[in-house]
Amino acid sequence: MNLYEMSAAKLSKMIKSKEISALELTNTIFSRINSVESKIQSYVTLCEEDAVKTAKLVDEKISKGEQISSLAGIPIGIKDNICTKNILTTCSSKMLHNFIPPYDATVIKKLKNANVVMTGKLNMDEFAMGSSTETSYFKTTKNPYNINCVPGGSSGGSSAAVAAGEAIMSLGSDTGGSIRQPASYCGVVGLKPTYGAISRYGLIAFASSLDQIGPITKSVDDAALLYSVISGQDPLDATSQKIKPLNWNIDFSDISMIKGLKIAIPKEYFSDQINDDVKDAVLNVVKMLEKNGAKISKISLPSTPHALSAYYIISSAEASSNLARYDGVHYGYRSENYSTLTEMYENTRTEGFGTEVKTRIMLGTYILSSGYYDTYYKRAKLLQNKIISEFQETFKEYDVILTPTVPTPPFYIGAEINDSTKMHSNDMNTVSSNISGVPAISLPCCLNKNDLPIGLQLICNHFEEEKLFKIAKCCELLIGDIKLPNI
Amino acid sequence: MLNKYDLIVGLEIHAELSTNSKIYCSCKNEFGLEVNSVCCPICTGMPGTLPTLNKKVVEYAVKMGLATNCKINQISKQDRKNYFYPDLPKAYQISQSDIPLCEDGYLDILLEDGKTKRIGITRIHIEEDAGKLLKTDKFDGTLIDFNRCGVPLIEIVSEPDIRSVEEAKAYLETIKSYLKYLNISDAKMQEGSIRCDVNVSVKPTSQKNLGTRCEMKNVNTFSGAIKAIEFEYQRQIDILESGGTINQETRKWDEKLSKTIAIRSKENAQDYRYFPEPDLKNIFVDNDTIERISNDIPEMPNHKTIRYINDFNLPQNDAKLIANNIQRATLFEKTYELNKKLDTKSIANWILTTISEQVNKTSKNHLEIITPENLNKIISYIQSGSISTSSGKKIFKQIVANNSKSIDQLITDLGLEQISNTDELEDIVLKVLKENEKSINDYKNGKTNAFGYLVGQCIKATKGKGNPSIIKESLKKHI
Repeated sequence: MNLYEMSAAKLSKMIKSKEISALELTNTIFSRINSVESKIQSYVTLCEEDAVKTAKLVDEKISKGEQISSLAGIPIGIKDNICTKNILTTCSSKMLHNFIPPYDATVIKKLKNANVVMTGKLNMDEFAMGSSTETSYFKTTKNPYNINCVPGGSSGGSSAAVAAGEAIMSLGSDTGGSIRQPASYCGVVGLKPTYGAISRYGLIAFASSLDQIGPITKSVDDAALLYSVISGQDPLDATSQKIKPLNWNIDFSDISMIKGLKIAIPKEYFSDQINDDVKDAVLNVVKMLEKNGAKISKISLPSTPHALSAYYIISSAEASSNLARYDGVHYGYRSENYSTLTEMYENTRTEGFGTEVKTRIMLGTYILSSGYYDTYYKRAKLLQNKIISEFQETFKEYDVILTPTVPTPPFYIGAEINDSTKMHSNDMNTVSSNISGVPAISLPCCLNKNDLPIGLQLICNHFEEEKLFKIAKCCELLIGDIKLPNI
Repeated sequence: MLNKYDLIVGLEIHAELSTNSKIYCSCKNEFGLEVNSVCCPICTGMPGTLPTLNKKVVEYAVKMGLATNCKINQISKQDRKNYFYPDLPKAYQISQSDIPLCEDGYLDILLEDGKTKRIGITRIHIEEDAGKLLKTDKFDGTLIDFNRCGVPLIEIVSEPDIRSVEEAKAYLETIKSYLKYLNISDAKMQEGSIRCDVNVSVKPTSQKNLGTRCEMKNVNTFSGAIKAIEFEYQRQIDILESGGTINQETRKWDEKLSKTIAIRSKENAQDYRYFPEPDLKNIFVDNDTIERISNDIPEMPNHKTIRYINDFNLPQNDAKLIANNIQRATLFEKTYELNKKLDTKSIANWILTTISEQVNKTSKNHLEIITPENLNKIISYIQSGSISTSSGKKIFKQIVANNSKSIDQLITDLGLEQISNTDELEDIVLKVLKENEKSINDYKNGKTNAFGYLVGQCIKATKGKGNPSIIKESLKKHI
């Protein structure tokens, strides 16, 4: 097995035991990037120099016998909407093609404190709006399992990089499924944490009340390790909350916990819109769980079919306001073609944003306009309350909800980009956890007959990440290894 | 013609709060610093940054709310007000829309005729200030100073209860005195720390319903606000008189042209697309906080003024002048507390003339110029006749000049003790009368100023130390 194919948990042990050096690992990752990046195209910016520096620092610490963190020396890629001091942070948009933040996001500060090695900034859908990376201003990232397919999105670069061994793990962000959907498409693990569990300070906002940063990794252990490093309340984010710190034991393998586990299977998440391969793959895991003593119950979450509408209303409304600051005045792109202030605003925004972003800004602006606010925004908020209470009711009786992550296996590049309804339906099983704030994880359950990954989603109650990781790890152990992509 | 129409005014006052740091970041909140020297990624709205609320801002606003008898909403929320302008780097202002911190209060203003009038306070909410656009000769374009971005503001919205220019003036002054009394704002108009939007409408006196209003935005001076009201009143009457109708619009007060100019009609009114600020949680104000703040609120200046008039018999103007300034009021009250036999009018006179002159000359306030103890001594001695008024002023000068000796010591050292011994003075009076027979005759022939001359001669003979009232008594007895 190559180093770039291994999990962070395993590599960390090897670094600590001096079996490999952090520098060796970093160099391996960059040579892997050199050999496959031209096919995968997951990175917007590479930070090899800084990465090598950090790796050397870790090796120095080890040689001096100093304590190092559980992720010291592990190469990580960062989605390009998370601010990195003195490093280009573009949101894959022309609007921010030249934006270099003078500050680090809180999660970046935490990673730096843990001496994690940052490999670079990863491609995404423009301002995290999209499900395929096709709305990126720079390039479309390819799915490592089939380079004619999309990697999913918006954290497509983050997922493809991990799947392709161009990073051991990565950070993504999830507003409606943007971590879990590409994780599912690329056969990796992706966690959307509880809203408030991880600081959003420095995450360039799409929809502030839904956005969460989360880990994309090769295993549940890695996701838990990364989560434990980056989570916790932040004085710079008023929406972050005090949480019990997670002390993840990578040796946890107690499948017996499945016995008596109450698993809810909501029928709305297995509707006609879900591809049969996907349904079969997920239900196959359900069978394994049942065999191991889990109590499976079919339930109904009746508001689910409306969740997507509520999501598009709330997220677009917030986005229209969050993205208003990109006006060409202070930083980023400014049109060269203007003679008045209004013209500068109009031309900058017309030229600087892509179609998907502009569509959502217009939608959000309309939704918030006087006379429409009550019709759309207020009703979406009511629906949100309903979805939250349905989850709350469910979690009174059940430990976890199990669903397919995405309705289909990865689709071909170009297949959905002109059909926004189809593209948006990618999120139908993921948006509810953003709307209600509960944590959800996607993990690969198999490859289909075309060797494309299919993912399943587990959802727990607010701040039950530890339970979620344990259940996910049990599933992972039952499912076994998934064949790695052949690039 | 004017009295056929009623004037109706409502005021929205924006006051910058004097908290140490800004409303949503830790930048220093200070006026007059070097351009763009107190701003950070948060207050300049850089991508990915988030606001966190400064609790002091909430406390200051609640303080104003309680002082103006508002109901405090124990749960209020913050909202985004969206609009594009280069001095607003996020392209939205964080403000409060439908649930403000304070609501439904009132304020009593004192009018010149001695009557008070109650003005309703609709609401008080918190929000952030925007930056400032700058022009310079060195650069052919507009520059932005972000120092003011994120400076905390409260907006105090009045009911349309103001019915005259005099009431508007009194209301503005009262609000200003409140802000200073509560120590929550510098309330300096010239630094832009108070600005107001003025809503004006007129209606025929006989008509019940209010007329269509016009709003004048961002008036930067009190005098500007008053002039804008006067101008608008006349303009709207002229329109109605010539058979026209008032259009609801936003206007601007042009200080140079001394007139209001239309900038936006109702149809083109900006749609701010308010919605709840998702980056901030609701604001909770618990009962303990309300109680703590409310214990911290002093007697307000308008109430003091009325008390000074009623209890101390001060003229309205003096009462107001003392009450509106917290140091003056403290000096006045503490001096009186030390000796309730003091003549309150003399205390007021000392504060408003001799001491105020000194305040104007220095950067010190009244309490820093003289202590209540010293003021009490000076006035007591004058009142008892131990020293003359002019000697009192000499002592005051010594105190101002930082002479640390006690007042008694100063009187001795400067030889200012007044002669109030009747026998001693009678001898002097008799001597003076002997030497001035002409003046006695003049006085007897009805030339009253001859008496004054004689008094003067007596005082001169005592080297200024003779008690004038005893001298006068004695003169009258012997002429």
